[in-house]
Amino acid sequence: MSQAQALRPPIESGCPDGFQYMHPVMRRNFGMWKFHEHTRPGVLRHVSEFGEEIWTVKVGTQRILDVFTLRKLCDLGDQYADGYVRFTIRSNIEYMLADGSKVEPLIKAVEDAGFIVGGTANSVTMISHTQGWLHCDIPGTDASGVVKSMMDELIDEFRAHDMPNRVHITTSCCQINCGGQGDIAINVQHTKPPKINHDLVANVCERPSVVARCPVAAIRPALVNGKPSLEVDEKKCICCGACFPPCPPMQINDAEHSKLSIWVGGNHSNARGRPTFQKLVASGIPNNPPRWPEATAIVKNILKTYKEDAKDWERINDWIERIGWPAFFEKTGLPFTRYHVDNWRGARNSLNASTHIRF
Amino acid sequence: MANNHHSTPMLDELENGPWPSFISGIKRLRDQHSDGRIQGMANDLLGQLEHSYETRKGYWKGGTVSVFGYGSGIIPRFSEVAKSFPESKEFHTVRVQPPAGNFYTTAILRQLTDSWEKYGSGLITFHGQTGNAMFIGVNTENTQAFFDEINEYGFDLGGAGPCVRTGMSCVGAARCEQSCTNEQRVHRTLMNRFTDDVHRPSLPYKFKFKVSGCPNDCVNAIERSDFAVIGTWRDEIKVDQAEVKAFIAKKGRDYVIDNVTTRCPTGCMTLNADDTLDIDNKNCVRCMHCLNVMNKALSPGDDKGVSILVGGKRTLKIGDLMGTVIVPFFKLDTDQDYKDLVTLAETIIEFWAENGLEHERCGEMIERIGLANFLEGIGIEPDPNMVIHPRQSSYVRMDGFEDAAEQFYRRKMEEKQAAAG
Ligand code: SF4
Ligand code: SF4
Ligand code: SF4
Ligand code: SF4
Repeated sequence: MSQAQALRPPIESGCPDGFQYMHPVMRRNFGMWKFHEHTRPGVLRHVSEFGEEIWTVKVGTQRILDVFTLRKLCDLGDQYADGYVRFTIRSNIEYMLADGSKVEPLIKAVEDAGFIVGGTANSVTMISHTQGWLHCDIPGTDASGVVKSMMDELIDEFRAHDMPNRVHITTSCCQINCGGQGDIAINVQHTKPPKINHDLVANVCERPSVVARCPVAAIRPALVNGKPSLEVDEKKCICCGACFPPCPPMQINDAEHSKLSIWVGGNHSNARGRPTFQKLVASGIPNNPPRWPEATAIVKNILKTYKEDAKDWERINDWIERIGWPAFFEKTGLPFTRYHVDNWRGARNSLNASTHIRF
Repeated sequence: MANNHHSTPMLDELENGPWPSFISGIKRLRDQHSDGRIQGMANDLLGQLEHSYETRKGYWKGGTVSVFGYGSGIIPRFSEVAKSFPESKEFHTVRVQPPAGNFYTTAILRQLTDSWEKYGSGLITFHGQTGNAMFIGVNTENTQAFFDEINEYGFDLGGAGPCVRTGMSCVGAARCEQSCTNEQRVHRTLMNRFTDDVHRPSLPYKFKFKVSGCPNDCVNAIERSDFAVIGTWRDEIKVDQAEVKAFIAKKGRDYVIDNVTTRCPTGCMTLNADDTLDIDNKNCVRCMHCLNVMNKALSPGDDKGVSILVGGKRTLKIGDLMGTVIVPFFKLDTDQDYKDLVTLAETIIEFWAENGLEHERCGEMIERIGLANFLEGIGIEPDPNMVIHPRQSSYVRMDGFEDAAEQFYRRKMEEKQAAAG
């Protein structure tokens, strides 16, 4: 590499202008949309105040796209649509087109190429996805594999839109939770304190910053075999893994004891109630590659119960609020244990200080 | 080559089933790509991933890799098992900022693909949970060249580490009838004011902007960003009574009662005997439910703006926090309005940079010092819209109360005078 090239100063252009990549119909009608309808699962038809319309076909993919797949998706967009696409925050690709008569041929071509049309309205849309073993430095599991395995089983719900309301599922492969809040969240849950690799601590670790990172002050600097290292008060440790990213010798990931937990009722929207955080419903689920059948079975059970029991427009949190948590555990058959009772800060607000009890 | 393929019995299981398989995709790179470098990288990546599946452990570690002039944007990944899988031993991710709303033409996607194929593994994700386009898998040597190439045609790196991070916006006004703001402009105005803070991490921790065009908050801004901009309106919901009647004719009165009026969180809607709908707009909290159900009949009002909530974040370290209302309504029409929005963001980031502890998110700082002190620090007066209810504990020192009350009355009077002109 020549010296001059290595020192090329960056052009700090930041976030690019989105209008240049926007379908001309969308540019013309920006801020002027009147309504939309769902003509079939996977398709949206938006109509503007000026009477123009834009059609959207939403498509699920494997998300980790190889260049062949990405070019295939582009080919489909050029051949059957207008060459304008966007990605949803759940990594579905959306083709936008002006001519409604092209929708069915596009859908056919997309499905023939092995992609899945759906994910709109009251469907179970694509699972929001983290990195996992494929390219993160701290994961307890593999997000791509979990998502692929679950979507294989949830594909009918992706392709239809007959849930009571939309369902957003998320995964996270450590307790940092890149996946975020979801109607259902499948997250790694460590169950044992980190095993400290003392030989490495002395070399790689900035000890004060690790000590400061622990949410329950369980880490102390210590001399081990005459060398500066760390020790963990295992009685205090909540096995969160927060010490692991700044200090790789704090080995939290464990083939057997890193489990999965399932949480429900996270809802980003302000519709009806205020946004809500997800709550623990199941844990101790084995982290079982390559297909994680135990986790999938619980997710499917929750979805089935929700679909049968919830009213129209109830998200999972709305549904549980109406029927109550005892009914949720009863209907799903999931065990309620001491671990479901919160003891983190603010926990008292989650206790029932009333005689509001359903019998 | 074929003989050197790592055997991947566990990953092979992920080629079964109807959902598209990322494993098949990586194998295509291994088996069908014309570039031996990409073939080798894909093969060793599969090998390492299979090893992870077998041992249930990850084998990437971080490090330091960047491009000239920047301190962030590349996520370095070095293999801990490089001896067995040498060709993917450096497998860094390049975080690239997408436009607001994640719009692309197929032409620009092809251009990015071509560039990536020259230097990287051939794997891309649109997008990571950070909002970035993720170009997954490049060695240290090629990182700069790939960045230089895409930077020349308008793409720049996103944030990583303690800095302003890549923003996220919903599709918004480009295609959604609920949108109450120009997400494109808000997003770009905010992000590109802080370009320096994106590329050179020097804040206490990460700081995220997210923009949702309405309170449906499709990008999870309240739950997932330090600075959430949510479109809203303060005049009346627009009701097209003819469309209300058409909706009732189709769905029936019971449906509207069961699914619209009784679901309104404040009970502010009345379905009249003549199949028209009345809304007590004073009591509407702009939750969006009725507009979602009857999207032809009901629309947001015309006096649009945004609500701003500050301090949302996920668990680490003190537990999940939602953003808190800091500005209930912020008008966003004129250039000056946008300047004021930028000033607000600057003030908040500066105050937090000054007062936040290392690795403390803005919301955690607010939790530690109290919202009232934060508001004082950024020069915003308390407003009852910022709380669900007032204080319930009497254990507080209140000898400044009379002065504060007097200031409140003075402020109200000044506001009145200003409004009167
Ligand atoms: S959830 Fe944790 S392990 Fe998974 S990608 Fe995010 S930081 Fe990495
Ligand atoms: S796992 Fe969490 S609680 Fe345990 S020592 Fe590490 S940071 Fe502290
Ligand atoms: S947040 Fe509102 S404006 Fe944005 S896409 Fe969702 S519904 Fe539309
Ligand atoms: S937007 Fe929500 S609060 Fe307002 S009238 Fe509709 S349902 Fe009621």
